Amino acid sequence: MSAQSIDHVVIRFAGDSGDGMQLLGQQFTHAAALDGNDHATLPDFPAEIRAPAGTRGGVSGFQIQFASEVIHTPGDECDVLVAMNPAALVKNLDDLKPGGLAIVNVDRFEAIDLKKAELASNPLTDDSLANFRVFEAPISTLTTGAVEPFGLNRKQADRCKNFFALGMMFWLYSKSMDPTRHAIERRFGSPFREANLAALEAGWSYADTRELHPLPFEVPQVPHIPDARYRTVTGNQALATGLVIAAQAVDRTLFYGSYPITPASDVLHALSVFKEYGVVTFQAEDEIAAVCAAIGASYGGAVGVTGTSGPGLALKSEAINLAIMAELPLVVLNVQRAGPSTGMPTKTEQADLLQAMYGRNGDSPMVLLAPRTPADAFRTAYEAVRIAIHSMVPVMVLSDSYIANGAEPWRIPDLDNLPPIAPPPPPSPQAFAPYSRDPESLARPWIAAGTPGYAHRIGGLEKQDVTGTVSYIPKNHQRMTELRAQKVQRAQALLQPAEAKGDPSGTLLIGWGSTYGAIKTAVARGRAQGHALAHLHLRALNPFPPGLAEVLSRYDRILVPELNSGQLCQLLRAHFLVDAVPLSKVQGQPFKVREIHAAVELLLQGEPPEGALA
Amino acid sequence: MSDLSRRDFMSDQTIRWCPGCGDYSILAQLQTAFAQIGLPRERYAVISGIGCSSRLPYYVETYGFHTIHGRAPAVATGLKLARPELSVWVITGDGDGLSIGGNHLAHVLRRNVDLSILLFNNRIYGLTKGQFSPTSEIGKRTKSSPSGVVDPPLNPAAFAIGTGATHVARSVDVLPKHLREALVDAHEHRGSTFLEILQNCNIFNDGAFADYTDRAHRDDRILYLKPGAPLVWGKETLRGLVQDGFGLRVEILDGPEQAEDCLRHNPSDRNLAWALATLEGPHAPLILGTLYQTQRPTYESEALRQISDARATLGEGDIKRLLRASDSFKVRRE
Repeated sequence: MSAQSIDHVVIRFAGDSGDGMQLLGQQFTHAAALDGNDHATLPDFPAEIRAPAGTRGGVSGFQIQFASEVIHTPGDECDVLVAMNPAALVKNLDDLKPGGLAIVNVDRFEAIDLKKAELASNPLTDDSLANFRVFEAPISTLTTGAVEPFGLNRKQADRCKNFFALGMMFWLYSKSMDPTRHAIERRFGSPFREANLAALEAGWSYADTRELHPLPFEVPQVPHIPDARYRTVTGNQALATGLVIAAQAVDRTLFYGSYPITPASDVLHALSVFKEYGVVTFQAEDEIAAVCAAIGASYGGAVGVTGTSGPGLALKSEAINLAIMAELPLVVLNVQRAGPSTGMPTKTEQADLLQAMYGRNGDSPMVLLAPRTPADAFRTAYEAVRIAIHSMVPVMVLSDSYIANGAEPWRIPDLDNLPPIAPPPPPSPQAFAPYSRDPESLARPWIAAGTPGYAHRIGGLEKQDVTGTVSYIPKNHQRMTELRAQKVQRAQALLQPAEAKGDPSGTLLIGWGSTYGAIKTAVARGRAQGHALAHLHLRALNPFPPGLAEVLSRYDRILVPELNSGQLCQLLRAHFLVDAVPLSKVQGQPFKVREIHAAVELLLQGEPPEGALA
Repeated sequence: MSDLSRRDFMSDQTIRWCPGCGDYSILAQLQTAFAQIGLPRERYAVISGIGCSSRLPYYVETYGFHTIHGRAPAVATGLKLARPELSVWVITGDGDGLSIGGNHLAHVLRRNVDLSILLFNNRIYGLTKGQFSPTSEIGKRTKSSPSGVVDPPLNPAAFAIGTGATHVARSVDVLPKHLREALVDAHEHRGSTFLEILQNCNIFNDGAFADYTDRAHRDDRILYLKPGAPLVWGKETLRGLVQDGFGLRVEILDGPEQAEDCLRHNPSDRNLAWALATLEGPHAPLILGTLYQTQRPTYESEALRQISDARATLGEGDIKRLLRASDSFKVRRE
């Protein structure tokens, strides 16, 4: 069978939150990965586990871009939308390209289905799909027919329809079905195994005989892929893996204290199966207990880590200050979500930056790092442990929902290339004082409770420099406040210098965290049009990397795209007295490349860049 | 056994409690108990929250951590999971443990982490200078309740029994020998010990327990619990506890021979423990000793056993295997 070759494709699968759209998306992702396509994914699902079926509120989506070239985002617009019901269709239609292909499950377009989706008329028969190509498939009926031999009841049979749809997409993009066949065999018992396999095959055959498209497409392999081993990882998986490997590097127990919270819970799930690595996970009674137990473990010499999202971070702030004051290593994962308050738990945002930076009583600086992609979360977690132990400070990792749930290929690292992790060398018991300091990092010694010859007391009260005795002496408090700030500042020695990619002058786009792919792609697009643009993406937000002031000074204009109301922009203006301009998006969704690209155009024309989001 | 004495557990810090505070006596008995238990100093870790009682770790020459308000049980849980070989002590008070930290106290007792939890109950907030606490009695006039407290007090021992604690005991600051034995018992119990220590705040709530503990009448108002012994007390008037429905009733006994008609203490009887913890009335005694004690696996032993079991089954974790998990792949060459 011949196929038409294309460079990149964006597909979105959309259905009810119980329709298995996430599983379908993950299976398609794995197939693309094995074929050597670069890929990036964007799961988008409601907070409710099973919102009322057929309603717009219950629509669960999974978007993937896969390509024969290097890509950095899951794509702005879809080439193909697979819609399992009318709500899924209308909710996602805005993101389907003009002329794009909508594959719809026509079995779910009865009057009652339209009513659930709050539609006055049937979009299949009115004019609302005029700009698209529509392929109507009776997916429910055909699935039920295909699985008929296996004795499933109606409801069970209908639940196989995600694999039918997946079979159709595998045909359309010439993907091997073997990895999914194996996954079904591993994951399901009889008779669901046989039924899902039959649905998958039936979907493929249906697309073939009905000619879903005159010719199937093929997205070739990315050229020159290094011959290495890869995994497709989500950000949360990468964080968990990074923590385990960092703890092994320093030869300490990894202790993870957490309280379930979206979108951080998957880190707890991932770590709780790593028991043979000696990982201790503690599901605490609340967010405060989770961080306090991590601090207690750190006092006992373990790598203490806690994970949460914004509302939980608010609860942990007093305890984080205890770690700052006691000068104990601690890693805090904050997988951000849209706030304030409960906000939108499954939607992404970067609006906890100032909370992380300043949201504690007293002068209490801490190190802040941010992963830029799901795979990058591995190295960020590793660096967080490294800095926490090197400098005896708490370190916060600011991930977000988009990184946490998004997936991309990760080249499995060579462990020998990772920097070593080591605590400050301990003094002899005779020379020991709890708050004596390493002259370079200013870190105090990390003596695990229980170590003979070093018994000592620490706590949250201000203490005398060196001895650690409780102290209210005015000048000592000033000195200790400065020392705690200097420790954070000196962690700069462990950071890569600031580097802008692109033109050496002109307009600089500066971002942090999950906006990396969209900014990078927008800058490449603008430069291709002849604009002088550069991109600087911060891995560390406190301290800022060495050389940042110098880089900023080279550019006439600075644009700061962020998924918040301009928080990094404020910090840059305050720290460097530069006229940075924000591009603030707070819609619970990541930036589209075209939004940033349009903002650059507006900025260059002297217009407010916010217009790009209108 | 080590040959350390109480003096070896005294730190060089100046003690800053008010003169006459009951905390001095508790500190002295804890230091003495540490010497009696016989572990080297570094094997003890004393973890506290916030409040007068929580300053105690600074005064003990062991590992110590003065943490934040109400959270000592959580910090101690993390430490015990990281260092199960340590003898970990939690120092808390009626405000720290039962008000701001009530959640943690409930859960640490439910889990049965092997900790000795000492709750200094003086029925007042001392360090913040005299507001009512969750164990202050109804009607008590304090700085923050000038017209009298309206919320009923919490019963610490009943709370602990309700959480599923495996060892619930009570002692008092003015009975050094009884207190010292209770502290040693706390160490020896495998699992969470909840030891309520009645403690006099001579500044803001002086004489809170004097009705029971004054030398003049203590012999007639304190019931010392001993396993297997009849529940009787009193010197001038001999009294005893008899079963009354699901509860207990105080009876005046004609003579010691009538003790045989009274209930005998059985620390493993949770219903009896509940009845003792909640006993009230004009002639109800102050009940000291172990109200309840049972054995079940500790939290940390079960949690760490899952790790050793996984290692026994799967072998020590191999990072290479972790990285090359089942979903890892090499790209198919075209």
